[in-house]
This record gives sequence, structure tokens and C-alpha cells, in this order.
Amino acid sequence: MSAPANSIEISNLATHYGNRQILHNVSLTVGKGEIMVIMGGSGSGKTTLLNHLLGLKKPSSGTVRILGHDIARLSPIALQRLRTRTGVAFQSGALFSSMSVGDNIALPLREHTGLDETTIGIMTRLKLEVVSLAGFEHLKPAELSGGMIKRAALARAIVMDPELLFCDEPSAGLDPVVASSIDDLILRLRDAMGMSIVVVTHDLDSTFKIADRICVLDKGHVLALDTVDAIRSSTDPRIQNLLNRRTEDSEPDAESYLRRLIGGPAHPPPPPSPTRTPRP
Amino acid sequence: MSADAEPRGFIGFLDRLGRRTATGIAEFGFGASLLGECLYWLGMGRKRRQPVRLAPVVAQAMEIGIGALPIVTVLSATIGIMLAIQGIYTLRLFGAESRVSLGVAMSVVREFGPLITGILVAGRSGSALAARLGTMRINQEIDALTVMGISPVRFLVVPPLLAMLVMLPALTLWSDLVGLFAAGLYIAPQLGSSIGAYVDEMTDLVRLNDVWHGLGKSAIFAVMITVVGVVNGASVTGGAEGVGRMTTRSVVHAISAIVITDMVFVFMVTR
Repeated sequence: MSAPANSIEISNLATHYGNRQILHNVSLTVGKGEIMVIMGGSGSGKTTLLNHLLGLKKPSSGTVRILGHDIARLSPIALQRLRTRTGVAFQSGALFSSMSVGDNIALPLREHTGLDETTIGIMTRLKLEVVSLAGFEHLKPAELSGGMIKRAALARAIVMDPELLFCDEPSAGLDPVVASSIDDLILRLRDAMGMSIVVVTHDLDSTFKIADRICVLDKGHVLALDTVDAIRSSTDPRIQNLLNRRTEDSEPDAESYLRRLIGGPAHPPPPPSPTRTPRP
Repeated sequence: MSADAEPRGFIGFLDRLGRRTATGIAEFGFGASLLGECLYWLGMGRKRRQPVRLAPVVAQAMEIGIGALPIVTVLSATIGIMLAIQGIYTLRLFGAESRVSLGVAMSVVREFGPLITGILVAGRSGSALAARLGTMRINQEIDALTVMGISPVRFLVVPPLLAMLVMLPALTLWSDLVGLFAAGLYIAPQLGSSIGAYVDEMTDLVRLNDVWHGLGKSAIFAVMITVVGVVNGASVTGGAEGVGRMTTRSVVHAISAIVITDMVFVFMVTR
């Protein structure tokens, strides 16, 4: 297999929910061994973009190439093989609640490799050590705290030693200490295993700590795509609002405000959202 | 206003009717394609390097079959006794109560065994399946399976389908035996004979054909309970409330499907 230069290449991706266009012409590349942080306020299309990267949604137009393969054109078996080379840590963890933590982490190994149980057990405990969860493999996900669930999900995502790792909000809802330990973990994974990592987050501290490059999404458009320093020194007011956690005041429109209050149709001008808080 | 609202209301009704019909047909299609996909994984799983494994099938069979054994036993016995009482009461009108064994034998083996077992399993396991899949869906567990390269159908649907296909006929057979025996407990003393004589009579009366009729139906019920549970579980939206709604819906749909299919099956086979 020829080694592609980039782990992810998205070109001109557009997507719709019904008639509403969610992503507009998104293009993005992630190089090998790079940590790309996709950032944006709530409703900016981060999650939708991630779902496209994972192949869970079909784009209206545009292509998504993962590790050199156009995922819309792969045969099912090739897609299955590609998916064993990527790992995903979901926002909620998405651990299988009927299985113990150890079984959760061992599942990809059991399903995709012919390894014997002893080896699988060793590899599972190895990954649990990596995320500092050693000794917890017999617990059920319901018995874990939020931070432990995120770390267990991360362990499951890396158990196949993927070349590409996706993390959806790895530090959301965690206290600063645990969040920072997850950031360290992500950096360590990249440095130790050379993974390319895509992190979707709106946590600024962790973004600046781990990112090589940042992609700022806003209302489905790529607002900026640059290195951490360049984003920090950006003069774009929307980016500055996002970075400085300022609320965004839209110009008041009395007419459409009244129309919304009486529950009438909100056109002709689509109502501007009154405030945007980048961080809850 | 009212003159204007009348046709609008009617068109609105047609609109809703059309949409609901389309949704219903889509659901049917989803169920059928799901079944097809299950068969595909059963046949092709090994080639696609995703074989259907025995352990989860056995675990499901324990849950669906063995777990239902006590309640199936109790209800089958109750139905058997009930049929015996009603049979003797009815036949006494003609002075033919000695023929009650025949009626009980036919109705338990051909109808009540499969029906009561199917309804019980739909309530116990069909709903559990819908609730489990629904919860997994809203927790993104199904997405997690997909991105791991594990087919959710192969991993989550085929095991309960296989388990159901084995266990429902087995439970039905058990239900037949229990129902007939319990009926005998009432009939034998009422007719002044012995349990031994009743069992003898039964082995003469019950033909293999009737047993197959019942077991064949229960196999169809097994497929329907699974597919209805999975379709409803997979269409859950809207959090915990959605899971509850779809679970209820799956039980109602499964039981309706069982009763209606039963009638159609009998109509096709018996005449």
C-alpha cells in the first residue's frame, strides 16, 4: 500500500439536513503525525464534520479521503479494513454498557485479530496502563466516573494501534486536572506512536496545549485554518470572540423579534441568533 | 373560515394518512432488508472476516429461552386447565364430554401453545431487544461498533435472531407438553379415568402433523418478534422517552403481528 502524505484530505465537503445546509465547502488536510483541533461554537458543524470523517454520513458533495482512500467509494470490506486502522473516542465514551471495561477494550482485538486470549488480555491491560486505568478492567462502565469513561474510551480507540485517532470532546465536562491529564495523554500518544490525531473540542486551554494546527468552524464554514500562534494573533472579530469568550451581540431587529414572539414565520430575513456563547 | 377549513382539514387528513402509510411501508422495507442482511452475515460472515460467534447466541438463548421457562410453564398449565374446564362445560351440552381430550389436544398443540409462548416472549424479549438497541443507539454505541469495523447487524441482531429461532419452537414444544398435562390433571378425575389412561389417549390423538403446524408458526413468530424489536429499537430518537415509546410500540406491534400472522397462517394451511 502506497503511503499517502496526508492522513485526511477533505475537499469541498458540503452537507445538508433536509433543506438546511450544515457544512459549506469545507476543505481540510491533516498531515501524518499532526494534531489537528477542530474548534467552533455549538452548532458550528463540528460534530457533523466528525461524522463525515468517520463515514457515518454521506456528504451531499465533496470527497473525504482517509489514509489515502475515498471513503465514499470503498467497498464494504475495504472500509472495514480501513476502520481497523483508525480509532474513535466518542464524546460520551460509547462504551458498551453490557460489557466490562476490559471486554470493551478487548472487543476490537477479539473481532479483528486471531490473537489468543492471553495475548488479548496482556494488550488490554497494556492500554489500560497507558490511560492510567490499570486494575479497573473488571468494572462495568456504569461504575466509572466521567473522566475514567473518557480514558477507557481512549484506551479502546487505541487498542488496535491506529494510524489515525479521532477524539470528540475529550475533555468536556471534566475537571481541569483530569482534562489536562487527557491532553498530556493525547500528546504522548502522538509522540510515542506517531498517530495523526483529530480532536473536536471547544475547550480553549486544551486546544492551545495540544494543537499543531487549528481549524475554526463557524456556521458550517471554515473560518480559519492555521497554526496556534497564527490563530491567537488573528484579527478576525469572530475568532477573537471565540478566543476571548465574549458573547456576540447581533444588531437588534425589532421587526423580526416581534414576529418571533408572536410565533409567526420568521422570514424574510432569517433571524440572527441573539447571542453566541462559545463555551457553556 | 369553516367553509375553507373543511377541505383543508380533509386534505390535511389525506396528507397525514399518506405520510403514515409511507412510513409504515418504509418500516416494512427496513425489516425485510434487515432480515436479508442477517442471512447475508450468517452465510458470508466468515468470508467477510466477521463470523457469527456461538457464545453470544448461547447467551441470548439462555436469556430468551431458559429465562422464560417458569412463566411459560405457569401460563401454559393455566391455559390447559382453562381449556379443559371450558371444553367439558361446552361438550356436556351434547353429552359428549368424553371427547374433550381431542378438543384440548388440537387447540393446545395447534393454537394456544405457539400463541401464548409467542406473546410471552414478545413481551419479555422483544421489548428487551428494542430497549437495548434503542439505548445503545442514543449512547452512540452503535456508531462505535460501526467505526470499529464491526457490523451492528452481525454483532447485535443475528445472535438474538438465531437464539429466538431455536428457543421459541423449543419453548412452544414445552408449552404443549405442560398444557396437555395440566389439562389431564383436570380431565382425568372429571371423566373418572386415570392420568395414565389420559396420556395414552393423548399419544394416540396428537399427530406429528399438528405439532409441526404449531412449531412452524412459532418459528415465524420468532423472526417477527426479533425484526419488530430491532426495527423499533433502531428507530429510537429523542432520548430516554423515545426508548420507552419505542419499547411499548415494539410489544404492541409484535403481539399484533403474531395474532394476525397466526390467522393468515391457519387460513393458508388448514383449508
